[in-house]
Amino acid sequence: MREKLIYSLGVIAAVLLARDLYSIFMQLPDEASQGMIYRIIFFHVPAAITAMACSAVACVASILFLVTKNFKHDAIAVASTEVGLAFLAANLVTGSIWGRIIWGIWWTWDARLTSALVCWLLYAGYLMLRRAIEEPAARARISAVFNIFAFADVPIVIFSIKWWRTQHPQPVFWGGGSIDPAMYLTALLNLVALILLGVILTLIRLRQEEVQREIDSIRRYAHAV
Amino acid sequence: MDFFREMWVITRKDLRAELRTKEAINASLAFSLVILVLFSFAFDPTEKETVSMSGGLLWIVFAFAGTLVLNRSFAREVPNDCLDALVAAPISGAALFMGKALANFLLVLAVELVSLPVFGIFYNVHWTSHFWSLMLVLALGTWGLTVIGTIFSALTVNIRLRELMAPLLVYPMLIPALMSAMQLSMDLIAGKPLGGENQIWLRLLVAFDVIFTALSLVLLETVLVG
Repeated sequence: MREKLIYSLGVIAAVLLARDLYSIFMQLPDEASQGMIYRIIFFHVPAAITAMACSAVACVASILFLVTKNFKHDAIAVASTEVGLAFLAANLVTGSIWGRIIWGIWWTWDARLTSALVCWLLYAGYLMLRRAIEEPAARARISAVFNIFAFADVPIVIFSIKWWRTQHPQPVFWGGGSIDPAMYLTALLNLVALILLGVILTLIRLRQEEVQREIDSIRRYAHAV
Repeated sequence: MDFFREMWVITRKDLRAELRTKEAINASLAFSLVILVLFSFAFDPTEKETVSMSGGLLWIVFAFAGTLVLNRSFAREVPNDCLDALVAAPISGAALFMGKALANFLLVLAVELVSLPVFGIFYNVHWTSHFWSLMLVLALGTWGLTVIGTIFSALTVNIRLRELMAPLLVYPMLIPALMSAMQLSMDLIAGKPLGGENQIWLRLLVAFDVIFTALSLVLLETVLVG
């Protein structure tokens, strides 16, 4: 069942991505002031949103773990965090490339860039913390608490652009920006494609986690016998 | 009322244990002086430069020296199984956390209050122009530092590489609080009063303190007991 779901989602995501790539590179014209490089936004913004969605899922899963003590939720939390970390890395790298062309610099200590990097460090810390704890129940409990703390940092990222003076461009898609409907459609479809990709990766990672736990329990059983 | 009594018992216990050995506080104080000296070699700033880097310098010193006190907060309960006794004691996790946090807050604040005048002397900075505002920022920033440090000390108390993991997790989490405390301290030392442009930072600092204090109070029992 899970297998079929992953494959069918994969087909949808592949079709969508192919359609979006064709549209981004073949149909849409260069942007008036930025030229060619603006196309990065079609991946930059959806990657950020997917990463935020992943961290939200991880936070909810962590809370659910603390409430139910069901290890399934712990597996969802770690799978989702890992995938989110990858998307956030994609967001930071694409942003950096864009910044090199438009601003002339790879990096600036702007509020939003800094907060995104801080989030990346926090969630990397989450994965490192997991590795430092061997006992499964303690690992799940302690990393769930840490995940909730890390998630409390995410709103600061989202609002930072409004709170702080910043070099980062103001929102284009939502919150007062203006954009051509064709570009908007492609961005929206690409967002759907990347979120689907995130779901697929999370499901695959989740299966690995579950298999790993099964192997661990069999190993413990073998030791006990 | 019971809550505050229980909290105060823990605070007194921690303060007494620390003041009898003075292990953490001496190390922390010595460390903060060493960093202050090192920074003056590293940057050799002029008077004007010193003012513009004062906030950052001070809070780096406070954060690094503070961690020495905070990391030990729960770790010192591990020998002799004191942690099990604390968990088994008939007080709530929230009271245990607040008691420990308050004791840590006082210790870290004491270290800061000693290193602040030393900073003024070494770097030839007139830092008292907005004394009470600076004390307010110091208290708020230190509370944020203490809350995060205390709860993470509990989180990492039983894990491998504790000494390594705790700072690795604490500093990224602290960045919003440190950023605003640095900004506010710099403004105050440069002679700008609170309010107006820097009010947003003060709000951020207060919000940080409130959010993470509430989270820690709710989650401490989960961390220690499960």
